[in-house]
Amino acid sequence: MKELTFGTLIAVFEEIFGPTLFWIMVITAAVITLAYFYVLIRDRAVSWHKFLRAQLSMPFGAIAAVLFVQKMTHSGFSDIGGPIDLIILLGIAAMGAVGAAILVYTFDALFLQKPDEHTN
Amino acid sequence: MTHSLTATRRGFLSFAAGAGALVATGAGTAAAAPTPINTKARIVILGAGAAGTALANRLTRRLNGAEITIIDPRKEHWYQPGFSLIAAGLKPADYSVSQTAHWLPKNITWISERAAEIDPDGNKVTTESGKSIPYDFLVLATGLVLNYSAIEGFEMDMIGKDGIGSLYAGPDYAAKTWEAAGRYTEDGGVGIFTRPATEMKCAGAPIKHTFLIDDIARKAGTTKLDINYMAHNKGLFGVPIISEKLRMLFGQREITPHYSHVLKAVDAGKKVATFATENGDAEMPYDYLHIVPPQQAPDVIRNSALTDPGSWDGRGWATVDKHTLQHTFFDNVFAVGDIAGVPKGKTAASVKWQVPVVEEHLIAQITGSKSDASYNGYTSCPLITRVGRAMLIEFDYDNNLTPSFPGVIAPLEELWISWLMKEVALKATYNAMIRGDA
Repeated sequence: MKELTFGTLIAVFEEIFGPTLFWIMVITAAVITLAYFYVLIRDRAVSWHKFLRAQLSMPFGAIAAVLFVQKMTHSGFSDIGGPIDLIILLGIAAMGAVGAAILVYTFDALFLQKPDEHTN
Repeated sequence: MTHSLTATRRGFLSFAAGAGALVATGAGTAAAAPTPINTKARIVILGAGAAGTALANRLTRRLNGAEITIIDPRKEHWYQPGFSLIAAGLKPADYSVSQTAHWLPKNITWISERAAEIDPDGNKVTTESGKSIPYDFLVLATGLVLNYSAIEGFEMDMIGKDGIGSLYAGPDYAAKTWEAAGRYTEDGGVGIFTRPATEMKCAGAPIKHTFLIDDIARKAGTTKLDINYMAHNKGLFGVPIISEKLRMLFGQREITPHYSHVLKAVDAGKKVATFATENGDAEMPYDYLHIVPPQQAPDVIRNSALTDPGSWDGRGWATVDKHTLQHTFFDNVFAVGDIAGVPKGKTAASVKWQVPVVEEHLIAQITGSKSDASYNGYTSCPLITRVGRAMLIEFDYDNNLTPSFPGVIAPLEELWISWLMKEVALKATYNAMIRGDA
């Protein structure tokens, strides 16, 4: 377990979620991220209004990410056994939170509002 | 404005394409490989399991022109660390099954036969069909055999029925084991979990099965539980500090340890197991019995000059130096994996550390140099203590704990992260290992 290369990491994630689900998730994440950058470049600024709304989704993203990983690994909150487990749990939650915020921001910017509809 | 936006979009898209290409090529991950060595050496590997396959993949990268032959009749490759999960109903049987051909390098010869005889003086191996294969170097990677016939009254078709399980026998038997164990987790009663008195692969597996079945039964609300772990000697594990930790965990979980109890016979009709103990035979009735049979070297090695009949009680492990894995009498013979006659290390994790050592010494012989590569007995066992938690224990020949992540993942602590490693990361790491990548 000492040498953790990029290839091994990919293989690990394929193992966790199954190759199909994993690559669907990677492509979805990549498309959302690209769309996010596209929106940023198009609008030439972060819309703090949208960002604030996006923030509301963060707790939901965090919880969803944790539950998803637990479901995939036959485990639950009661299995937290030490500090490192808590760190991993918070890490997963943080990733879920950020992911949700980016998703909502992008969705908001692309489909709900036109870029010149309001100014900051 | 429109113009500049288009330009930005184009720039953005080309950036995206570039990033995609970078990911696709896996840039930054490929380490510079050493220049292959030109040789005409004939290398024969007996066994295409984890050790044989990993070594074949590594040697084909290091050697140019070598004639590598691997001899193994089995078409299926089994990911054995998965058996514990299958036998607890957490994974299906096919979780552990892949095809041998899928993992082997293309430019070697695979003889899909059993080796019948080894002549280390004449440097040749004879297969079951009588084919004679000469070698310059021989690597024993046959694995071991499960000696079920040593248990009186036991037949393989009992597995999965009448409360008998044995997860070691293969993926399908592991699944059948869960059929019996699963019923026990609902009905309760007396559970008896055994281990043999011989050397064995993954000495943690019988304990994992005990913990998992106990945990699943408790979580199912089954209260009538009387779970017994039968140790073959006065300890629960070969490494004293781990044995003590297990004693404490058994105490907390109300699992009763019985020391110096070795399964001898089973009466499936009456549901009674007989154990050899220090005070003669002891009979114990059971509702669920998990059998781990005695283990020994395959006959082809056990009956050859490559083992010392006076050692290991005749179980026939190959006589090798425990650090170089080179044969004691035949310099051009190595043993790797379960077949190696070393005090510890019949696990896939040990294979991962043994294979590069054999690779280095073999190549050193080809080039006429010396290698100081040494195997220190490293063995790792993510010892599952319940569904969702495990202890990542790692140790060496000297019974020292050798944690890979000191200060981060405590070896004797039941942790979720160690479970995650066992359940999700281990198979990927294993696959990378047999490909020769890790």
